[in-house]
Amino acid sequence: MEGTSKILPAERFDVLFEVLKKQGFDIWGVHEKDDALTLAPIDGPADLPRGRIDDTGPGKMRLIDGSRDAYFDHTLPMQGLKRLVYPPQDKVFETGEDYMFTEPPVDAKPIAVIGARSCDLVALETLADVLENGPYPDHRFAERRQALCLVAVNCTRAAKTCFCTSMNSGPRAESGYDLALTELFNSDGHRFLIEAGGERGQAVLDAMSVDEATDKDRHAANIISSTVAASMTRSIPDDARETLKSSYDHPQWSDIGERCMDCANCTLVCPTCFCSTIEDRSSLDGSIAERWRRWDSCFIRDFSYIHGGVVRKETASRYRQWMTHKLTHWHDQFGRSGCVGCGRCIAWCPVGIDITAEIRAISKTGEAVVEAGVS
Amino acid sequence: MRAVSADEATSSWDLGMVPRPFRVRKNRRELNDVVTLELEPESGEPMAFEPGQFTMLYLHGIGEIPISISGDPSHEGVLVQTIRSVGAVSEGFCNLSEGDMVGVRGPFGRPWPVEKTDGKNLLIMAGGLGLAPVRPAVYWALQNMDRIKKLNILYGARTPDDALFPSQLLGWEAVDDVKVLLTVDRPVDDWYGRVGVVTDLIADLDIDPQETIAMVCGPDVMMNFTIQSLRAWGLDGENVYVSLERNMKCAIGWCGHCQMGPHIICHDGPVFSAPEVAELMSVWEL
Repeated sequence: MEGTSKILPAERFDVLFEVLKKQGFDIWGVHEKDDALTLAPIDGPADLPRGRIDDTGPGKMRLIDGSRDAYFDHTLPMQGLKRLVYPPQDKVFETGEDYMFTEPPVDAKPIAVIGARSCDLVALETLADVLENGPYPDHRFAERRQALCLVAVNCTRAAKTCFCTSMNSGPRAESGYDLALTELFNSDGHRFLIEAGGERGQAVLDAMSVDEATDKDRHAANIISSTVAASMTRSIPDDARETLKSSYDHPQWSDIGERCMDCANCTLVCPTCFCSTIEDRSSLDGSIAERWRRWDSCFIRDFSYIHGGVVRKETASRYRQWMTHKLTHWHDQFGRSGCVGCGRCIAWCPVGIDITAEIRAISKTGEAVVEAGVS
Repeated sequence: MRAVSADEATSSWDLGMVPRPFRVRKNRRELNDVVTLELEPESGEPMAFEPGQFTMLYLHGIGEIPISISGDPSHEGVLVQTIRSVGAVSEGFCNLSEGDMVGVRGPFGRPWPVEKTDGKNLLIMAGGLGLAPVRPAVYWALQNMDRIKKLNILYGARTPDDALFPSQLLGWEAVDDVKVLLTVDRPVDDWYGRVGVVTDLIADLDIDPQETIAMVCGPDVMMNFTIQSLRAWGLDGENVYVSLERNMKCAIGWCGHCQMGPHIICHDGPVFSAPEVAELMSVWEL
């Protein structure tokens, strides 16, 4: 996305916060809390986990001090942007015994997110394809999404669990942002390159008194993105989509089923997992009934319940559903991958199941064991 | 923001999670645990539907379930739904009385391809309660016998007492060019009819498989075997249609519950051609 690009010295970073507040936005960003990175309301640059980096691996996320005083050398908070547009629970109607249904207004507060990463921006577009661009557009999602001002940060570092490059979703934000920052440390000092990605971002930029960026600055930002891209060690093989189509009976599923605890952590931290359930609640005297839409997970046993029993009884078939949906059937259903390579499911899995390793185990053995079946 | 057209705005009842109020006109007990409800929209605005479509039926404070429409598509003013009591919500529906209110969303889903039967035989195969979702196609066929060759209905029930719509089955059998064959898994003493699975009845058909469209509805295992048997009989897979059932919470593609492999059954189905689903149906716990 081509737009104006400017330079903001790091010591004046608070100017961005002030302009966004003046334009009516609540500001959310990454904040260190309880030894983890969380997406939360923040007030200014001081609330960011400056100088801290996340050391991740399968079943692992530790915050440690980095080697420099950067605002954004950490990578991802445990949550994606999902909860801002699609709350974990949302009341969708209320009715009395007269069946006069009323839909509550949408709480679409203008929120500016500072530090949205490329993978999470792609995840938001992925969610929009499911909920907003399908045959029945979800107006509650659409209104909340429209109220977001997304200030992307181009990653200056990849975590060990990152694999956005192989999913074509990073590390540089290509679209879906209002402003994009790249944090620069060089002979010119500690500064941000700020690029506008649309009219709303341009309006923010115009309200800040900042200098024009030079070609040298833009070049420095490009070098950072390509260095980060090259540093990623994990990936999803290109043939994953096709491989999984012929691997429903692969023995690896029951192997995973022995390890997976059905905790649903992966689906909760996943920025694209959209499954929900309906909860119909009523007041104590039964006169008022409400419907709530709640996040659900395909790892929950009752998820596939129909009268007579559960379709996916085994953990193995539930994991297969999740991974095959992400890497194969999402393409069939929505024309894109359901995985953006953020790696959260790897870091937040309590037993360290790694989607990139599991798909390789299935790809590697391939045809030879397709007939082996799952006992 | 998404552009909302005037059409969309006026039909916004149909777009989301919010049902429309209907009132029970009649609750007819079909079997021990099965009723047929006749519902009328409070607004008076009829709900048009196509054979094979379903609705989400909501009961105040209890819950919501997907139910196939079992009525005549040419009678738009009344919504007819046949429900078996298998859980809290369906039991609530079975216990409703005339005048009670319910909420309805829909109709949803891809219908039976009745237009494909032009100039051909229509073969209906149903097991158990699976006769309800195909009944609208039967009504359609009976009103369009000039467009189709013959209508054959093969129906399997657990016992003679479990056969749904028994008097209608007899009535249909009396119509020219209509044949109805019934079989049961377990006979009772005064049963003189067929005993066995519904696929056994295929051998009794005297129609050309090459000139036939089949619509099949029943438990997964019955449909799976029926697809195979019909292929063996000589019917091309693309002329066999089945109606699938999975857990559904939203019916509008948002909730993810009704997936089966690449398919989101609420809007890709529930009706599928055999080539679309036959392989998937034999995959373990898909």
